[in-house]
Amino acid sequence: MLSPAEVEALLLSLRISAVAVACALPIALALAALLAHRRFPGKSIIDGALHLPMVLPPVVVGYLLLVVLGTRAPVGAWLLEHFGIRFAFSWTGAALASGIITFPFQFRAIRLSIEAIDSGIGDAAKTLGAGALDRFINLTLPLALPGIIAGAITAFAACLGEFGAIITFVSNIPGETRTLPLAIYSALQSPGGEAEAARLSLLAIILALIGVTLAEFADRRIRVFAGR
Amino acid sequence: MSISVRIRHDFGGFQLAANFAVEQSGITALFGPSGSGKTSIVNAIAGLLRPQQGNIVIGGETVLDTQSRICVPPQLRRVGYVFQDARLFPHMSVEGNLRFGWRRAPIQAEEAEFARIVSLLGLESLLARRPAKLSGGEKSRVALGRALLSSPRILLLDEPLAALDAARKAEIFPYLERLRDEAKLPMLYVSHSLDEVARLADSVIVIKGGAVAAQGPVFDILADLDISALTGAPSFGAVIDTRVSAHRQSAGLSVLAFDGGQLIVPLLRHPTGQRLRVRIRAEDVMLATEEPRTISANNVLLCSVTAVRETDASHADVQLLCGRARFVARITRASSQRLGLKPGMPVFAIAKSVIVDPHAAQVAD
Repeated sequence: MLSPAEVEALLLSLRISAVAVACALPIALALAALLAHRRFPGKSIIDGALHLPMVLPPVVVGYLLLVVLGTRAPVGAWLLEHFGIRFAFSWTGAALASGIITFPFQFRAIRLSIEAIDSGIGDAAKTLGAGALDRFINLTLPLALPGIIAGAITAFAACLGEFGAIITFVSNIPGETRTLPLAIYSALQSPGGEAEAARLSLLAIILALIGVTLAEFADRRIRVFAGR
Repeated sequence: MSISVRIRHDFGGFQLAANFAVEQSGITALFGPSGSGKTSIVNAIAGLLRPQQGNIVIGGETVLDTQSRICVPPQLRRVGYVFQDARLFPHMSVEGNLRFGWRRAPIQAEEAEFARIVSLLGLESLLARRPAKLSGGEKSRVALGRALLSSPRILLLDEPLAALDAARKAEIFPYLERLRDEAKLPMLYVSHSLDEVARLADSVIVIKGGAVAAQGPVFDILADLDISALTGAPSFGAVIDTRVSAHRQSAGLSVLAFDGGQLIVPLLRHPTGQRLRVRIRAEDVMLATEEPRTISANNVLLCSVTAVRETDASHADVQLLCGRARFVARITRASSQRLGLKPGMPVFAIAKSVIVDPHAAQVAD
């Protein structure tokens, strides 16, 4: 049904998306927890900056990454020389780009769910002897879990579809950075590739449907757990 | 365990300036109208509000002193707090909620204490349930148990009954009375209901406009005419600490003795010798300058007038002293003038009815 190259593109997409979501989640969680319920000057600027990847053209994000992390760019060269870490033209670069682009999905979902928690419950926990970290682990995390899971699944689905930032930053290398959307693009560029493009597109639609269903299911199960 | 509070806070338009101390265990009511600053005071004690100026000492430990920049965070104050809206953790079972503070207490109570509180509050059958599946009264009981199990040095109750209907209130009262009589910790009970205060409190701190207007034993405060004028509430009448002295089975009556005489009420089941708090409403007291000899009322007490206050165009409140017990009579202004009532004058008070709470427990010694 699928050619080895197509299976490769599918598995690569899943791996890149999983790594991107997993790495961005703790950062999104930490920033959301810091920014929720807090007011300080310049908060709206930070807030805006964190949402920027969602509204910037992905090609611009890819370009900026190339300028900063390319093998001959200052930060990229330094990382390569001292740690042997290379993002450019590597699947890790694709994961980085997808993680940045989809970061706002996670950040937003987590922050909204943290802000939805009744602050009175936190006060009650204080009077019962719970410090800040204790309250974060035993109240904030479990009560925000629906938002965390929903944000992660949405971000994962969006990662699967990332195109512009990946092709700009890490190019279109079969087996390394050629994810599903890039494979569809390549198939359409080659003569007689319409059937392959159609198969891959169908695959992408099925993946998206699974993602949406999972998000809905997880949300409902966890709301029951969280007593909402 | 004692607590002393001296705080000032400017809310921008509303000034809080409260000074008071509570020395004994039992229930002290913070009584006053809505918006008088009662909740702000208990929030400051718990550490949820940081006053701009002042100090708070709980059991000898200074938890707030703005001059020396001491402000102990709420989680280290060991102050139990029962919120009006219960604030149970929705993702934990009742048992999880109860054990939350218990696990975090610096001196963890024994398992037997856990079982004792659970049975005191009748929570045995609820332990596995989620808060969403509890009734309002059950939530209040769980919140009460959760606060008690955190081994607090003082318990703050912010209108714990206000969100409940009359039937649920009646369900909680006996638990609160048992708690008052069995727990050896001071409780600050915020309320704007005279009925709750009369039934539960040992002493009362009257709060008005962010400041303490009066403080004293409940028996004195509720019969004080100045205070009823102060709070704007109609004077409640008298709360009297009595002891069951005899049962007259054939007459179907019981005799309650108090410092100043005795009261006769319909037959009670309480054992003789038991202390009992009864109330006599000001509206239920008539006055006579000569002893009425043929009258249906059983309770005729010789008192002396201590104060007379005209409350409105038609009525006057008369404060009476009988032994060491205070009563209040509400009569018409015309009657007061006709009888020529003046402080120091002896009168006979005729109590038409004496209210004995059906579940009234013992008054703490």
